[in-house]
Amino acid sequence: MTGKIIKKWLFYIVLTGAAVTFIYPFLWMAAGSLKPEIEIPNFSLLSRNLSVNSYKVVLDKIPIIRAFFNSVLVATSVTASVLVFSSMVGYALSRLRFRGRELIFTVILFTMMIPFQLTLIPLYTLIVKFGWTDTYWALIVPYMINAFGILLFRQYFKAVPQDLIDAARVDGCGELRILFRIIWPLSVPALVTVGIIVFMMTWNEVLWPLIVVRKETIMTMPQMVTLFAVGGRVESQVGVKLAAAMMLTLPIVIVYLFFQRHFIASMATTGLKG
Amino acid sequence: MPPNGPERFCPGDKDRSKIAKSLRMKIKHKIEKGNRVGYLFVSPYIIFFLLFTAYPLIFSFVLIFHKWNIIGPMRWVGLDNFITLIHDALFWKSLANTFIFLVIHIPLQIVLALIAAEMLNQKMRLRVFFRGAFFLPVVISGVVVTILWQQFYSTDTGLFNALLTHIGLPRVPWLTSTKAAMPSIALMATWKNMGLYIVLFLAGLQGVPRYLYEAAEIDGAGKLQQFLKITIPAINPTVVLVVIISTIGGFSLFIEPYVMTQGGPLNSTMSCVLYIYKQAFTFYKMGYAAAFGFILAFIILGVVWVQRKVVETEVYT
Repeated sequence: MTGKIIKKWLFYIVLTGAAVTFIYPFLWMAAGSLKPEIEIPNFSLLSRNLSVNSYKVVLDKIPIIRAFFNSVLVATSVTASVLVFSSMVGYALSRLRFRGRELIFTVILFTMMIPFQLTLIPLYTLIVKFGWTDTYWALIVPYMINAFGILLFRQYFKAVPQDLIDAARVDGCGELRILFRIIWPLSVPALVTVGIIVFMMTWNEVLWPLIVVRKETIMTMPQMVTLFAVGGRVESQVGVKLAAAMMLTLPIVIVYLFFQRHFIASMATTGLKG
Repeated sequence: MPPNGPERFCPGDKDRSKIAKSLRMKIKHKIEKGNRVGYLFVSPYIIFFLLFTAYPLIFSFVLIFHKWNIIGPMRWVGLDNFITLIHDALFWKSLANTFIFLVIHIPLQIVLALIAAEMLNQKMRLRVFFRGAFFLPVVISGVVVTILWQQFYSTDTGLFNALLTHIGLPRVPWLTSTKAAMPSIALMATWKNMGLYIVLFLAGLQGVPRYLYEAAEIDGAGKLQQFLKITIPAINPTVVLVVIISTIGGFSLFIEPYVMTQGGPLNSTMSCVLYIYKQAFTFYKMGYAAAFGFILAFIILGVVWVQRKVVETEVYT
């Protein structure tokens, strides 16, 4: 009996230790961004000299608030667009009949296999040709439709009863109305899944913005924080770096705390499709 | 359909078949219209595909045979880009670095994530909390994680070395030695991504039928034997998935070395994508960068194909 109890304790101690290694670094970052420079390199999360000085330096040196709104603009535009367009395509592929439907489906599967390294440079040259460098277009338009979203919607919409769609058609509903008024309300889990994944990926994307945007007023938040951390402007002040990182972390962590279950469930489906 | 109304609204049998016929006609008409609507609905994707997938694919095939600094005119050079690539020591170096990354990252990832998932799959309290904790780094930007770990890895002031010296071990030059830098990045990536793999494994484990374990128990198989003989084969599809996702991730490694080491010391953390980025946007060699991207794409597809062949087994369940 005691053996069982000890085993149970050990089990929770190991798990708690593991959980601490995943949470503590972020707490350390939060503390470090508030501590004076010399106190940062120790394990303690507390200090008598907490101040928001590092944040003031960040706000002073880079337009990070502007970058935050750029990120919000880009991430919400991309997410909204993916939801609308991918669900339209997903609906057509699952509920409408037309010639070439299977071909389009095959093409979508094929595009998912293409490594992005292959199209990265040609895509950049296209953006240059369009004159889209240093514009929001470059950050938004190439992400407006998403193959993963199409496949997930297609799968999900297949389960909607045909009677419902037929009834709406008889009542004179147009297909767009059917999609947005009948199918969407029945597909909230799929919309949430695609929405969360797309939003998170766009929010955290940094390679593409680094390539197509050089102008500070258009930069997204991760890009700006990256250039700030890498460039000389931090003057090797760790606290300032951590403050910038903190500002980049907070929005997504707040969203995560509210929608934790959805985040995890969504990411689990990304895996399942493979 | 509306509920049955009072007697007088009920149509006779004749009328009923008439209504049914007109309904069928209406639906048929709508289906034909659906044909057109179908094209209309997929047209955004077709435009999107032509612009952002088909065109870059085709243009990549043009670009790889040219020298181009994006400002001046393109110059045809035939296979020169590939010949230079083969003789470019850094090309091989970046590939070798990626393999070092994968060799450390993949096994570590699978073992740790599987152990954690197995623990979370037990009857337990606070599962949601623990899962949420492990998953936290997955949602946070790689930039943040890298800035953070850069501080931990610092040779003089980092927490890892503070820990090591505390228990009487020598300091490790985590990011400043050519031998340790790439493994350090692999370790960090494992920490960052583990939550995702735990969730995937957990889903896999929950899909293993209970009766298999019950049958094994009756046959007197121990816990370890059950794990090796039932669990591992049953979750093979998840293992394949995890191997493939982390391989693609390894070949896409960019922001971690970009922020942490800039590819150094002595190019020991130069990743493939970082090298492509440098060729394209530091030296403006678009053709050369595209040629590397082209070859890399085939290497990735090849590696993933081999992994599937090697790792994938028949599932017995």
